[in-house]
Amino acid sequence: MKKHLKFGVGIAVILLSLGWLAWLGARESKTYYHTIAELGTLRGSDLHHRMRIGGTVQAGSIQKLAGRVDFVLQGEGKSLAVSYVGSDPLPDTFVDNSQALVEGSLAADGRFTAEKVQAKCASKYEADPSHPKSPGAYTSPDAKS
Amino acid sequence: MDLFGSFALILAFICALYAIGGGIGAILTRKPLLIKSARHAGMAVCVLIFLATGSLIYLFFTDNFSVAYVVAHSNRDLSTLYKVSALWAGQEGSLLFWSFLLSIYVFSVLVTYRGKHPELMPYVGVILAGVQLFFLTLNNFVASPFRVLGTMGAGGVWQVFTRADGNGLTPLLQYPEMVIHPPNLYLGYTGFTIPFAFALAALLGRYPGEKWIHLTRKWTMIAWCFQTMGILLGAHWAYAVLGWGGYWAWDPVENASLMPWLTGTAFLHSVMMQEKRGMMKVWNVWLVFCTFMLCILGTLLTRSGIVSSVHAFAQSSIGAWFVGFLAVILLVCLISFLKNRDYLRSENQLDSMISRESSFLFNNLILLVACIAILSGTLFPVFSEWVEGTKISVGAPFFNRVNIPVGLLLLFLTGVGPLLAWRRTSLESLRRNFAWPLAAGLLAGAIAFPLGCRDFFSLMCLMLSVFVVLTIGQEFYRGARVIRARTNCDFLSALVQLTLRNTRRYGGYVVHFGIVMIFVGIAGAAFNQDKQAEMTIGSTMDIGRYHLVLQSMDSKPERNYTSERMIFEVMRDSRPMMMLYPERRFFQSNEQSGTMVAIYSTLREDLYVVYAGRSPDTNVPVIHAYLNPLVKWIWFGGLVVVMGTLLALVPNRQPVLVLKTADQPVPVKGAAQAVPAPISSYERKK
Repeated sequence: MKKHLKFGVGIAVILLSLGWLAWLGARESKTYYHTIAELGTLRGSDLHHRMRIGGTVQAGSIQKLAGRVDFVLQGEGKSLAVSYVGSDPLPDTFVDNSQALVEGSLAADGRFTAEKVQAKCASKYEADPSHPKSPGAYTSPDAKS
Repeated sequence: MDLFGSFALILAFICALYAIGGGIGAILTRKPLLIKSARHAGMAVCVLIFLATGSLIYLFFTDNFSVAYVVAHSNRDLSTLYKVSALWAGQEGSLLFWSFLLSIYVFSVLVTYRGKHPELMPYVGVILAGVQLFFLTLNNFVASPFRVLGTMGAGGVWQVFTRADGNGLTPLLQYPEMVIHPPNLYLGYTGFTIPFAFALAALLGRYPGEKWIHLTRKWTMIAWCFQTMGILLGAHWAYAVLGWGGYWAWDPVENASLMPWLTGTAFLHSVMMQEKRGMMKVWNVWLVFCTFMLCILGTLLTRSGIVSSVHAFAQSSIGAWFVGFLAVILLVCLISFLKNRDYLRSENQLDSMISRESSFLFNNLILLVACIAILSGTLFPVFSEWVEGTKISVGAPFFNRVNIPVGLLLLFLTGVGPLLAWRRTSLESLRRNFAWPLAAGLLAGAIAFPLGCRDFFSLMCLMLSVFVVLTIGQEFYRGARVIRARTNCDFLSALVQLTLRNTRRYGGYVVHFGIVMIFVGIAGAAFNQDKQAEMTIGSTMDIGRYHLVLQSMDSKPERNYTSERMIFEVMRDSRPMMMLYPERRFFQSNEQSGTMVAIYSTLREDLYVVYAGRSPDTNVPVIHAYLNPLVKWIWFGGLVVVMGTLLALVPNRQPVLVLKTADQPVPVKGAAQAVPAPISSYERKK
């Protein structure tokens, strides 16, 4: 019985300490996913959380300035002005009309300050005219993100 | 050719149905003819899938742009090498590729064990055919790679047409690593099907534990080896291609490949407990089941897009199929387990906290905790959406906080475990085995700390690494010394003999050494530096000991892209070292660009230079330079791990102890009747 107790204690110590570390890490990096449309409905402390927002990069809106890159993200008819301030180079797939995911926080003036940007290549796979879409075919860029 | 391919796939589907039906019939009736025909059907499935894959490759090589998949991923200018890798560039082709690699394993298993293990193999055949049937369903009816381009014309007539040229392969895949990373990783994923099949078959057939464990272990090692290579190749691709200076981002797709690796590693260790002490039988069976389910989950995460990732290459409804398959597997495993639970009763108990069993227990515990943490972190958005309504994701801090201590604990166990005895270790033995390595580890820490290594985790990693390397070296040294005393040969051949007597154990030590190297390489990340600047011709940048001078730039058109290169001269400590050529490539066919990072890699550090494009207002090139210490240790460590695994797979050589070579036949004393001629010498062939 005693040796089972020793094992039990050992296992519990490991589980508890790793669990605590996990909780710390989650609190530090918790990021909420919102759509651009939802941003208007956020209230109170929700406005200051770390956020991830997805959308399509508006053609012609990418501007590289000193220390940051400004662009406009569009989704469901709404737009969001974004400033990327991170030090990593932007991915090669980040071009006009690409689908992008930005991570950061909302500034007081309504602009979004992004620390990370991910982008997926704009789909170039043209659907054939009047060809019925079969399941498993590539979805066009305007499909759900 | 596309008709041939799709026909082969449909035939394979039908044969798989027979392999299952006939296989079940064979199990119930035990008729030898049924057993044989079910096995032949299983082999036919594999051959038909080989043919279908071959026909798809043929379509790529002949630039057949009437097939939608070829149009989507290839064009005339694409080099031959990348036409091969275009096979797995998209959903349909990569699913067929999965079936293809799985078939290689299934075929090998069916051929290797024909006539052997007659109580087990029919079950194995049915399970394997069942898994293949699922993927064939996808290949045939959900995501067919042989779909042709066509429209419904006037009068309901289907008009087929051919494009003049294809869209070309996405630039991110046009790198040599991307030609070897997916095959390796898929060979790992599909490879875990085999141990799963053996474990489930043994459970269903109530096969003696000692036998299936041996078989399962070997196939798990093969799959594990490929999975390790796949993960490291993926990390290397991310490092050398994506240009952000790192190799692991805790991205969902990366995590998906790591999770079965963790449970597979746990299994490879806990299996020894079952072999030596008949313990952990239930645990082992579920570890194998979970490893396979994590593989399916892995491919589900990659293909369905339920968690957003940089890697997800298509979003589609195919996720639902995988969820269904996962549910079926879980149900089958649960029912089989509940019905045959008593067959898995443990023979022994844990005796002491300071024993090898205990170290395996903690090894498994930590690996499982890491796996669960990574799983929770990866699926956090899915769960939080169910619970709270918003998708919440966690980032690198979450994963690193849990996994770095886990890694250090594992490192500690790697040193301690092999030196603990089964059942109970005496204090005397502890002192004898650990005194020197422990002292050396502490000394290493005491030296490194004043030299500038102040980061806590890196320091711990260094100390533990020294400790582990010395315990491994000690094992080899002591074993070789014993052999040398007995056979009086030189130290090197004693080492070789020692290793070949127990390849699994000493191969395992080599693997541990490789893992230590990888950990050391990862620990270097605490000391990374980076710099960014706009540079014109003649301007310079200093990073670490290196001095970079932008000498010139050039631009040249290639077969399917135009490249723009920056030409740097690199000096170290004021001595010219080499030239670096960071490059950007622009692909005309799909108007995308790609980066070629220039890396100067030494054992001490990597100098990593990226040409990140031109600043839009000044049109001046922007250069990012990174200094990443010890990264090369990761890749070298990976090589050592692979070599160790191959060594462990070599069958043991059974040496016969030669006391004295006999030159003349020695007559047997007192034998009146005729006896067979005595063996003239017992010399073992060199």
